[in-house]
Amino acid sequence: MTASARSVSSVPTVSSNRSTVWTLDALVQVVLIANTLVMLVPIVIMVFSAFKTNVQIFQSPFSIPDFTNLTNLTKIWTQTNFLRYLGNSFFVTGVSMLLILTLGTMAAYAIARYRFTGSGFILMFFVAGLTLPLKLAIIPLFILMRDLGILNSHAALIVVYVATGLPTTVFIMTGFIRTLPSELEDAARMDGASEALIMWKIMLPLVRPAMVIAGIQNVVPIWNDFFFPLVFIQSDGLKTLPQGLASFMGEYNTDWGVLFSGLTLSVLPIIIIYILLSKQFINGMTSGAVK
Amino acid sequence: MVDLSLRGIKKRFRTVDVLHGIDLEIKDKELVVFVGPSGCGKSTLLRLVAGLDPITDGEFWMAGTKMNDVAPSRRGIAMVFQSYALYPHMDVYENMTFGARLMGLDNAEVERRIAEAARMLRLDALLKRRPKELSGGQRQRVAIGRALVRKPELLLLDEPLSNLDAALRSEVRLEIAKLHRDIGGTTIYVTHDQVEAMTLADRIVVMNQGRVEQFGSPRELYETPANTFVATFIGSPQMSLLEMERDGDRIGIAGTGSVVPGRLPAADERQVIVGVRPDAVVITPGEDGEGLSARVVYTEYLGDNAFTYVRLANGQLISVRCTPDTEFAIDAPVRVGLLPNKAHFFSSATKQRLPA
Repeated sequence: MTASARSVSSVPTVSSNRSTVWTLDALVQVVLIANTLVMLVPIVIMVFSAFKTNVQIFQSPFSIPDFTNLTNLTKIWTQTNFLRYLGNSFFVTGVSMLLILTLGTMAAYAIARYRFTGSGFILMFFVAGLTLPLKLAIIPLFILMRDLGILNSHAALIVVYVATGLPTTVFIMTGFIRTLPSELEDAARMDGASEALIMWKIMLPLVRPAMVIAGIQNVVPIWNDFFFPLVFIQSDGLKTLPQGLASFMGEYNTDWGVLFSGLTLSVLPIIIIYILLSKQFINGMTSGAVK
Repeated sequence: MVDLSLRGIKKRFRTVDVLHGIDLEIKDKELVVFVGPSGCGKSTLLRLVAGLDPITDGEFWMAGTKMNDVAPSRRGIAMVFQSYALYPHMDVYENMTFGARLMGLDNAEVERRIAEAARMLRLDALLKRRPKELSGGQRQRVAIGRALVRKPELLLLDEPLSNLDAALRSEVRLEIAKLHRDIGGTTIYVTHDQVEAMTLADRIVVMNQGRVEQFGSPRELYETPANTFVATFIGSPQMSLLEMERDGDRIGIAGTGSVVPGRLPAADERQVIVGVRPDAVVITPGEDGEGLSARVVYTEYLGDNAFTYVRLANGQLISVRCTPDTEFAIDAPVRVGLLPNKAHFFSSATKQRLPA
């Protein structure tokens, strides 16, 4: 390439073209770097603040702290209910995700693969869920949960999360399953596999990238949700992380250092999940793009 | 012993009739090819035999058992799909064991069968590879291997060569013919390529628009096509069909000339369709003389053969097989004659063959 590129670069029009391309490239890089900074700075400040005292946070918010100073962390561990909140968050998010992915994939498989009247309607019914502003329904939901007797319990949260998570999941999974060749299922049927086995052994490994996308899409808002726990949960022992952390903010004084170390710890699981799944995630986003 | 019997098989998708009553008797150990243009229903029929789609009407019997409601895996059938349909997340070995294990065979038997199939199809070196790491020909062999491991009594192949390049195609075709002999089961093979059909088949089913046009050996189909569809579908270049008028022992076209074809059909129709294959025609240069008058359009030179295309005075195109050293100038006048007893006659009303 270089030889031919050099030989034509003496032609003025081509070289000016090349410099435009170069400038555009540089511009894109600048925008990307700026974007990265905008995204990262708040997180970095949060992590820094986790190792500072209140006074340090307000005197020098951008200074690099002494990372060996773990007072805030030990305080979180020993003097607050943080572990309890963390456990609650894990439980609520875990059960919700399990239900969303299981039910969503099964529903999507049926909609995408089995021919029956009303399959299109059922898909639209699921997708319609995307358009509902759920928070408007908070009062009826509250009354419903009260009448069901599951107010102030994790079940109330899980039910709402599963309902909000299913539309995107069914939508993503249906689209993905439709792109998979149906001859694979026919081949498995000829091999004598039952429908359940086809789903488990043939389809599930193939739809994993889409499940990862649907999973990431849902796990972040559920993990971070503040609104529904605030309305449905009253007992301190049942609170999830965002709600629990909010109680660190006192009416008259707030230990910002402790709050920030709590926040830092609470985003950690999501970041770890993201990093672990990022390869699959990127695979999933690009698969089907080239075929 | 697996003989198949299809009795009045019909298939309807919602309101569209795809198959209009198919009757076939397929004998044990036969290699039968379903051939026809795309959309003729041959793949649909294969899927009905496999049990992947339900039969709308009619009965399907295998070795004396009615199979309409038997699950695909219990019919003793294996199928090779057009896209091969190898499980992409399993390696070659797992692809082949998947079905065998579901049959409930013990490990030793599974291993023995895989070793045998791998040896037969030269897959030994590939067993640990994933499908995406294989070439087209190798994928094809794995797909066949996966079918063979199940030791099917009936092997179904759905356009198995259509994804291969031309050079590989004839090679794999030979392998399939050899496999069929070695395994000794019944085989149904679907293709749209009449050359594949002619070279492989014991008997060919020619299908068109959801009906069987003719069922017979390649020789029967070539020498006594039942109607104009089969006549033009089998053979390359295809048979030319001429609307001609009978006059005593001569047949002719007004304004073009007439010829003596030899044996004539027993039926007493004046208007007939005459089918002539390229090898049934001779052309002689010149404006006058015996035969139909025509002009040369162009010549295809193939090395061992040459095909000259001539246009009759009434505008119809005929292909003629010549020796490769014949050379005609374009637009040169020629006379077209018929070799005796080589013409096919069809009713111009029903398009069916008129027996001699």
